[in-house]
Amino acid sequence: MDLFEYQGKQYFERYDIPVSKGGVAVSVDEAVRIADSVGYPVVVKAQVKVGGRGKAGGVKLASTPEEARQHAGNILGMDIKGHTVERLWVEHATDIAKEWYASFTLDRAAQLHLLMLSVKGGVEIEEVARTDPEAIVKVHVDPSEGYSLSQAMNAVTKAGIDAEVRGETAKLLVSLYRCFVEGDCDLVEINPLVLTTDGKVHALDAKVTLDDNAMFRHPEWEEFAATDTTDEREKSAKQRGLNYVGLDGDVGIIANGAGLAMSTLDVVSQAGGSAANFLDIGGGANAALMASALDLINSDSNVKSILVNIFGGITRCDEVAKGIVQALAEVDLKSPIVLRLDGTNAEEGREILADHISDRLLVEKTMLDAASKAVAMAATKDSKG
Amino acid sequence: MSIFVDENTTVIVQGLTGSQGRFHGLRNRDYGTKVAAGVTPGKGGTDVDGIPVYDSVKEAVEATGAIASFVVVPPRGAAEAILEAASAGISLVVCITEGIPAQDEARTVNILKRDFPTTRLIGPNCPGIISPGKCNIGITPGNIALPGGPVGVVSRSGTLTYQALHELSQQKVGQTTCVGIGGDPVPGTSFVDCLAAFEQDPETRAVMMIGEIGGSAEESAAEFISTSMTKPVVAYIAGQTAPPGRRMGHAGAIVSGNSGTAQGKMDALSAAGVRVAKNPTEAGEIMVDIVRSL
Repeated sequence: MDLFEYQGKQYFERYDIPVSKGGVAVSVDEAVRIADSVGYPVVVKAQVKVGGRGKAGGVKLASTPEEARQHAGNILGMDIKGHTVERLWVEHATDIAKEWYASFTLDRAAQLHLLMLSVKGGVEIEEVARTDPEAIVKVHVDPSEGYSLSQAMNAVTKAGIDAEVRGETAKLLVSLYRCFVEGDCDLVEINPLVLTTDGKVHALDAKVTLDDNAMFRHPEWEEFAATDTTDEREKSAKQRGLNYVGLDGDVGIIANGAGLAMSTLDVVSQAGGSAANFLDIGGGANAALMASALDLINSDSNVKSILVNIFGGITRCDEVAKGIVQALAEVDLKSPIVLRLDGTNAEEGREILADHISDRLLVEKTMLDAASKAVAMAATKDSKG
Repeated sequence: MSIFVDENTTVIVQGLTGSQGRFHGLRNRDYGTKVAAGVTPGKGGTDVDGIPVYDSVKEAVEATGAIASFVVVPPRGAAEAILEAASAGISLVVCITEGIPAQDEARTVNILKRDFPTTRLIGPNCPGIISPGKCNIGITPGNIALPGGPVGVVSRSGTLTYQALHELSQQKVGQTTCVGIGGDPVPGTSFVDCLAAFEQDPETRAVMMIGEIGGSAEESAAEFISTSMTKPVVAYIAGQTAPPGRRMGHAGAIVSGNSGTAQGKMDALSAAGVRVAKNPTEAGEIMVDIVRSL
């Protein structure tokens, strides 16, 4: 789960990482109130989970309440690369002397944590990696050992951080690592990490990705989860306990297992179609979950046909079949279903469905045949408008 | 032969008294796997359908001489369970648990490397390992695998592995061993580990690998194949149409920027001489052709 900047900064504060004084606003009046309380000049920043908001006009400096009001009004509701700005972060402006970069993430190939530190901050780190790779200090950290202040001192020295703030920066890195590990993050990134004109080091931006698997030990993440997605389909899927990703096509997908679901997207594309979603009903799904998945797909107005691709392992095909029968009875299905059933109890499953086969429910023998049929049916429905 | 397990592998099940542990543990025993004991702290002295349960892995190992452990423990206790097995001398730990926090996993895998270098962890978040007709540790439905070889299978996915086994078995092409290495970001066993073992195994004559988006394990496999592998390899990579920045079900299945794409992996494998299929069915067909021409 990616956090908004303001959530990332609030998360950083818990680990004693210095951030600017500020507040989050959902209205112009609220933005001005926060600006008044943190003191001018302030920066009004669009909260979107996408880069390039500065260039898009989503970050503005305001020296007076009038300016704050004007910027807040302009930025709220703005569209930045397809993301509508619903929230603002208003913080006291910082006098910047230098802009640096710091992040911790997992290096999957090395199976170790990776610190990246650079005195070239404030620009995309990928850009620095391309044009001036020497400017990035990369240090592996063994997750079984942890990260010490002396390791951090070595890194800041190597990176060329100003001598007078090395101790302070090293301390910040140790706190950032603690936030990364104890805070169960997949990524913590500060860009820019700034040196202020009065000689302080602090995080001017915050990019934090939380590890969804650690949700069980972070009840405080509830508030982040509440603002995680604006896609209504994804919100609904989450409530139903379904593993769902919304996409742009018109063939609704239901499969069991993440790999099989991804593969189903692939074969739909190879058959000339395009998937409306990724949906993994998981292992051991029962009839109720299957019916719920169909109901969810049915609520997506883009969907023109539904492809159900099941290879029964732990999941029993007779349960899947029962779920489909249940959905046929309870849900007014707008699109035809094309089904492929293989594996555990596939015969029993097909028998359960035998009486329900129609032009609204077709059964195909293989995954490829089923994909072709589903794509063809979506296209037919399309031409009929 | 087979890799990592065989007909003599004696297994304990950590979490045997839970509903999942009981279901899969007994299925593994029914398949013919030597399931000697279960471990659940506080339930020592009881049994599950005749299989004795101990309080600790150490006691279970002392009583049975088991060398392998099947970990069916919920995410919050799984990392501890893996380390308990390793410290009790278990040499093969198979962990199917999905949803272990990435920080726990990274720490555990590195502790294993440092303190228990002879212990192999398969998974987490995997279907397990099956050597058809000999040993099945995990959740793979045994009936879809066909004994006798000559194909070795290694995969990051569960259901897609079943699909692959099914494609081969239907064509009467058997498997030596099928290893599910799992869909998490820090797996205990890699493609390269499995490819190296299959290369050494005289009964394995060809290998099918099933990868997916995210990370660079397939690229590392391509490197290994081009330098160290003589046996033919067929590959399929799932997620060719997955959008960047979205996690596709598995914790490790995510394209980050331009890295971890299916196309990048397919190109690397092709360049290493691997026959790359565009879907699992085609992978099965290519493998059947290869086996018939061996």
